[in-house]
Amino acid sequence: MDLTLEDFAAEVGSSGPVAIAGLGTRSRPLSDVRVVHAPSGIEWIEPAEMTICCGAGTPVDEIDAALAEHGQQVAVHPGGTVGGALAVGQSGLRRLAYGAMRDALLQANYVNAAGKLVKAGGPTVKNVSGFDLCRLLVGSYGTLGFIGDVILRTRPKASFEQWFTSDRDPWELLSGLFRPTSVLWNGATTWVLLEGNDRDVAEMAERFSLTAVPNGPELPGGGRWSMAPSELISLKVASPGSFVAEIGVGVVHHTRPRPVRPPDLVQADLHARIKREFDPTGRLNPGIDALSIR
Amino acid sequence: MTVLDTTIDLDAVTRALRVRLRDDQVRDSLTMCNLYRRDASNMTGRAGIVCFAESTEDVQACVQVAADMGVPFMARGSGTGLAGGAVPPPDAIVISTTKMNKILSVDEVNRIAWVEPGVLNLDLSKQIADLGVHFAPDPSSQQTCSIGGNVANNSGGPHCLADGVTNAHIHGVEVVLPDGSISILGGEEPEPDGLDLRGVFVGSEGMFGVATKICVRLMQNPPDVATMLMDFESVAEGANLVSDIIASGIVPAAVEMMDQLCLIAVEEFIHAGLPVEKAAALLIEVVGPSAGVAADVERICQLASERGVGAIRVAADDAERALLWKGRKSAFGAIANIMPNYYLHDTVVPRHKLAEVLDQIYEIVSRHNLQVLNVFHAGDGNLHPLILFDGSVEGVFERVHAAGREIVKASVNAGGVLSGEHGIGLEKRDLMPLMFTETDLSAQADLRRAFDPQLISNPDKVLPNPATCGEIHSAPEGAWI
Ligand SMILES: Cc1cc2nc3c(=O)[nH]c(=O)nc-3n(C[C@H](O)[C@H](O)[C@H](O)COP(=O)(O)OP(=O)(O)OC[C@H]3O[C@@H](n4cnc5c(N)ncnc54)[C@H](O)[C@@H]3O)c2cc1C
Ligand SMILES: Cc1cc2nc3c(=O)[nH]c(=O)nc-3n(C[C@H](O)[C@H](O)[C@H](O)COP(=O)(O)OP(=O)(O)OC[C@H]3O[C@@H](n4cnc5c(N)ncnc54)[C@H](O)[C@@H]3O)c2cc1C
Repeated sequence: MDLTLEDFAAEVGSSGPVAIAGLGTRSRPLSDVRVVHAPSGIEWIEPAEMTICCGAGTPVDEIDAALAEHGQQVAVHPGGTVGGALAVGQSGLRRLAYGAMRDALLQANYVNAAGKLVKAGGPTVKNVSGFDLCRLLVGSYGTLGFIGDVILRTRPKASFEQWFTSDRDPWELLSGLFRPTSVLWNGATTWVLLEGNDRDVAEMAERFSLTAVPNGPELPGGGRWSMAPSELISLKVASPGSFVAEIGVGVVHHTRPRPVRPPDLVQADLHARIKREFDPTGRLNPGIDALSIR
Repeated sequence: MTVLDTTIDLDAVTRALRVRLRDDQVRDSLTMCNLYRRDASNMTGRAGIVCFAESTEDVQACVQVAADMGVPFMARGSGTGLAGGAVPPPDAIVISTTKMNKILSVDEVNRIAWVEPGVLNLDLSKQIADLGVHFAPDPSSQQTCSIGGNVANNSGGPHCLADGVTNAHIHGVEVVLPDGSISILGGEEPEPDGLDLRGVFVGSEGMFGVATKICVRLMQNPPDVATMLMDFESVAEGANLVSDIIASGIVPAAVEMMDQLCLIAVEEFIHAGLPVEKAAALLIEVVGPSAGVAADVERICQLASERGVGAIRVAADDAERALLWKGRKSAFGAIANIMPNYYLHDTVVPRHKLAEVLDQIYEIVSRHNLQVLNVFHAGDGNLHPLILFDGSVEGVFERVHAAGREIVKASVNAGGVLSGEHGIGLEKRDLMPLMFTETDLSAQADLRRAFDPQLISNPDKVLPNPATCGEIHSAPEGAWI
């Protein structure tokens, strides 16, 4: 890493407002607030453990390239930094098969509001030692602590993958195909990503008369909605032509912004209490509220 | 912060509970309290009153009484926990979820179900089997443990290697928080607003409130399954094969290891033709569409032969597969044939350290003049050494505990962790500093305080030496291990 955890902690310090940025793909600069960056660089890769340790400031593209040499990958969205992707907490298009991105974070060393290093989680792929601070950090937008380095769980890259389209009902495909990696639907066309043994993929494609295509669909960039998977069917009438929905997951890539929903008061209170416990003076990423940011 | 009253007026608490629940739901007889004073660990506590909740409102009533009167409460599922998580704090209100055992809804297309917390793990998978789906976490105790307990302990099982432990299979939890308020953390939707409170509730060992409804993720049953039993002349060869398989890019559905003493005990018990003369055996299962399964089996067998595997037995049909799994799953029962008592440990080490740490375990246990049997989730490095002993022998508990502590230390020193699936509870609470600094622990305490400012939800577990809160009592009176 290009910066030690201790030096990173010293930069964050113990008083005064401070913000953290990754590659800035998601963060708006806050005026008058000092900005720090997490250490960057890969510490180690253990292919037989399916784990990687890197600075939170490492670009995801860099770890993708390094892992590809071992035939592995990590379920973290590329484009920004590892810490930024974790802090935003969104999973990628392959969540249906890979599970949520949050499950990839095994251990994090973060700097707390007092400027001290805290370890969350543990290095092994299975661990229930103590309360799960890793889950708390994912999606916390840097409001509870600044992540310095992480250990992530990797997964093998499939030997074969192929996108397909179909005019069949997406739920029919979700039921019939064995663990498709992704099923996307815009109300008219269904896209399916299948991975695994090429003969199995070919057999499934034939059985469901899928048509191979080079890529999945263009995703509308207006807003990222979150719906119960059983409610996605309503989009066909409500938003024709303006969405691509992740079937079986519930993320909707929409042309319009995500609707604002009234917060659950019990949870708003719990969020406030957590923030107070972790950052009593509100110095970390001031102005950001993890509950209302989306 | 309310200081817990150490002299709890149990009669007053019972009266308050009976205003909210039927008399037959609120039980305070000595017999009942004795029944609920322990879980499957060998620690005991002291239940004050046992309440049988039948609904979220019942749970809320109990928690509100506890909060109003400053009395500790503890949720209890089936009491199969091994770390003392369900050992009641002194005079606690024990909230039993056994009567909350309904499967509320199943959506087999989107693979989501809502269940009450008292539903037994295996009951859920059995009831939905004809829909082609199952609940992936399959603890060896699955016939008796509750899904609420699985959530609280973030439990694992043999088939969590490929699919992940309980946390990966919980979409949402309706909870009664320790102040009596009700909220749904997470839910059917994938990206609810705000922090992942669902994720932190899972694994919180009953200390963040009570789960009253659980939204679980269901997994498709695989079209094809291959189950293999491989035997080895040395534990190390088998252990090293585990790393080879993973490094080669295959993540089997399950990779379980049994050592020789385990093979002998189980064979005597179920007569499955296990290789009792070998040092160890691996039970490996691969699932998926048939071509992929066949390719994985071929590759695994090739890797195994490079590691000097002895016989490879491939289950010819479902009956033989069931028999091999029965062998794995009856290890606990089989032990009774060897020794009257056992103490089961649960630690995790990096896979490539399995052989080395197993060696240390054999050495530690024999130095303490005890016997050990190993049967464990080798695929994710999750060790389960069972120390065998005869509890009637004087001084044996001291030796069992000393050996256990050394095993935990050896695991952590090898880059591992304190627990892979059983949790910390009371058992490993005071070992937490092996893994965490004071600052780390105080962050965990902060999270807990945000959920439970009064510190009444299953207090005294998980976090060692409640320094942040000196006024609460420490280990349950008379607790013994
Ligand atoms: C399928 C998919 C598509 C996406 N498409 C887009 C897209 O088109 N455009 C887009 O902008 N995003 C997109 N995202 C979101 C993407 O995950 C994030 O934008 C990006 O990964 C953030 O990385 P960054 O380094 O740019 O973070 P930044 O934008 O710099 O920061 C994001 C947030 O994280 C915090 N943060 C950063 N580093 C840390 C740290 N070390 N510790 C604690 N908090 C930290 C920041 O303070 C800020 O609140 C997409 C995500 C998914 C899953
Ligand atoms: C023979 C045997 C084999 C086992 N094998 C495994 C295994 O393979 N993998 C594994 O992970 N575990 C295993 N266990 C341990 C145990 O079965 C699991 O931890 C199980 O999930 C506990 O469920 P339970 O219903 O018995 O919970 P209990 O023991 O009743 O409670 C456990 C904890 O959960 C809390 N709790 C219970 N219900 C709720 C609720 N509704 N809301 C909030 N908190 C709650 C309790 O307060 C307590 O802290 C095994 C145990 C035995 C005896």
